Amino acid sequence: MTETLLFDRIDEPGLNTLAVYEARGGYQALRKALKMTPEEVLGELEASNLRGRGGAGFQMGKKVSFLPHGAIEKYLVCNADESEPGTFKDRELMQKTPHLLIEGLVIASYAAGASRSFIYIRGEYSQQADILDEALREARDAGYVGERILGSEHSLSLVVHRGAGAYICGEETGLLDSLEGKRGNPRLKPPFPANQGLYQGPTLINNVETLSTVPAIVRMGGAEYAKIGTEQSTGTKLVSVSGHVQRPGNYEIELGVPSREIIYGLAGGPPEGRKVKCWFPGGSSAPVLTGEDLDIPYDFESMAKAGTMLGSGAIIVVDDSTPILDVALKTAKFYRHESCGKCTPCREGTNWTVKMLERIDRGEATPMDLEIMASVQEHIIGHCLCVLGDAMAMPIGSMIAKFKDEFEAHMEARRTESSPAGELAGAAA
Amino acid sequence: MNAVGSRGWDVPADLEKNPATIPGVGGSPSVPVPEDLRKEIEAHMALYPDTRSAALPALAAAQRLHGWCSPEAIDQVACVMGVTPASLDAVATFYDMLYTEPVSPQAHSVYVCTNISCSLRGADELYAAISEQAGDDEALDVRPFECLGACDIAPMASVDGVYVGPLTVDDVPKLLDDIRAGREVLPDKQLVRRPCADPKAGA
Repeated sequence: MTETLLFDRIDEPGLNTLAVYEARGGYQALRKALKMTPEEVLGELEASNLRGRGGAGFQMGKKVSFLPHGAIEKYLVCNADESEPGTFKDRELMQKTPHLLIEGLVIASYAAGASRSFIYIRGEYSQQADILDEALREARDAGYVGERILGSEHSLSLVVHRGAGAYICGEETGLLDSLEGKRGNPRLKPPFPANQGLYQGPTLINNVETLSTVPAIVRMGGAEYAKIGTEQSTGTKLVSVSGHVQRPGNYEIELGVPSREIIYGLAGGPPEGRKVKCWFPGGSSAPVLTGEDLDIPYDFESMAKAGTMLGSGAIIVVDDSTPILDVALKTAKFYRHESCGKCTPCREGTNWTVKMLERIDRGEATPMDLEIMASVQEHIIGHCLCVLGDAMAMPIGSMIAKFKDEFEAHMEARRTESSPAGELAGAAA
Repeated sequence: MNAVGSRGWDVPADLEKNPATIPGVGGSPSVPVPEDLRKEIEAHMALYPDTRSAALPALAAAQRLHGWCSPEAIDQVACVMGVTPASLDAVATFYDMLYTEPVSPQAHSVYVCTNISCSLRGADELYAAISEQAGDDEALDVRPFECLGACDIAPMASVDGVYVGPLTVDDVPKLLDDIRAGREVLPDKQLVRRPCADPKAGA
């Protein structure tokens, strides 16, 4: 846990300005990249085995290589929507070191042969968008963005585009529709964005943290970068830890460290006297793990093996003071609110799940309802254009499976409280 | 008048209404657009290969002027962008930060995050306290919001885009006083002044 690539002295005053960023060696990786061929830069990205930091964990180099070759206009879109509950790492990067993102984005556009780029930032991050706009102005004036960058053949336009508050715009095709000025409804895939994305052109979409890692890869070399972390999860990762921990915040970790070291070692664990009841390892869309699972290494493959996912790297910790039903209801209500309504299983499934959870809480549910609710989750997964429905069904399904006893006890307790028969039984006892 | 922003299915369609066409095109009357707003929208349109990409920033600009995406605001954006008001209405109803119910142009927006990480740390009590103490003050537009991406300062709120937290119920009177007086809100609780939690990140 010694490597700090992204968070290296990130609180240095003025790091958001070009002068301070350059003084510590900023934009040297871009200069180095522009002296290489785009294929060589792509080769380094592939050698690094860098996996996307937004949620899906797809190899970035491979994604770039899927773009068609030739003179066709290509787009690069940076996904800065960061709307997955529990995730706030990109916010800290953009606010404190915006030039790192711009440098990584320009290098990636060179490797991909893209000439137009956009940073789609969620509308709520207006302070960060202002900082990015200012950094972009500086970078443009210094010749790092624009026509014939640093005297090379490569040109790139860059626009910071502000969203307006919709979770689904973090889904890449929903984001593209939103960037085209429409409702952020996800598209049917295939065609994938690499072939038909923004304005029907080939489009590469990468997360803020992914692009911000690119300068380090060019500087160190892909092979050297791949030595950090594990074989299938190379490098460092920013982890946002929140919920019931004593020191919530962003931490840069080497992939593969035990989860306990993050939750207890770095974030301090739950308050005195409390235990970890469950935790979301990768944002609220990830199936939950329990206090028994704290020794699982924090990397893509170990999380997948444990039946969950690393996702965006957002750990939400819930301690034993909170009923599991509250967690499930909060989670389900969020997805109900954010479902775009295009696919029936998601639109109806999120709504029914909320209603059934509320029935349990009102004491109107029967044990059969728990089974019906579990089956509703199964009917959502894999049946929609995007994974928003799955993103509710997976954590809710995991909660029902892992905390069935508690759900049943909650249901029974509420039923006894609310029914006249229960009151009679209580009186008789 | 039908509620423009109605999201439910309980408001019937107005069958008497003429289908709206692009203002100023094909014989339909143009609408007056304030010059500053027109310039701002045109500047956004110039940034994209397809001018329709400017819909979100254009609607946001009109909302800053009108307080919400009123029929008048929508018509003005439609007139400058050369699209139908209906297409913009469809966009505005999709996004939480575009309002389709009346809000005063002078109102300060107060978003209180009530999502999972904040609610584990008392966001529901915080939201209740803020909305109760704000009462029906038109200068305060208080809304519960989904995850605002600041769970490190949970529970938190965004005041006109400025993130503050962690907040307690005791902070609420000072928070609202600061907003009403036009002062910087809770300066020592602002996110932008907060150092990184990671001890290795020290300057």
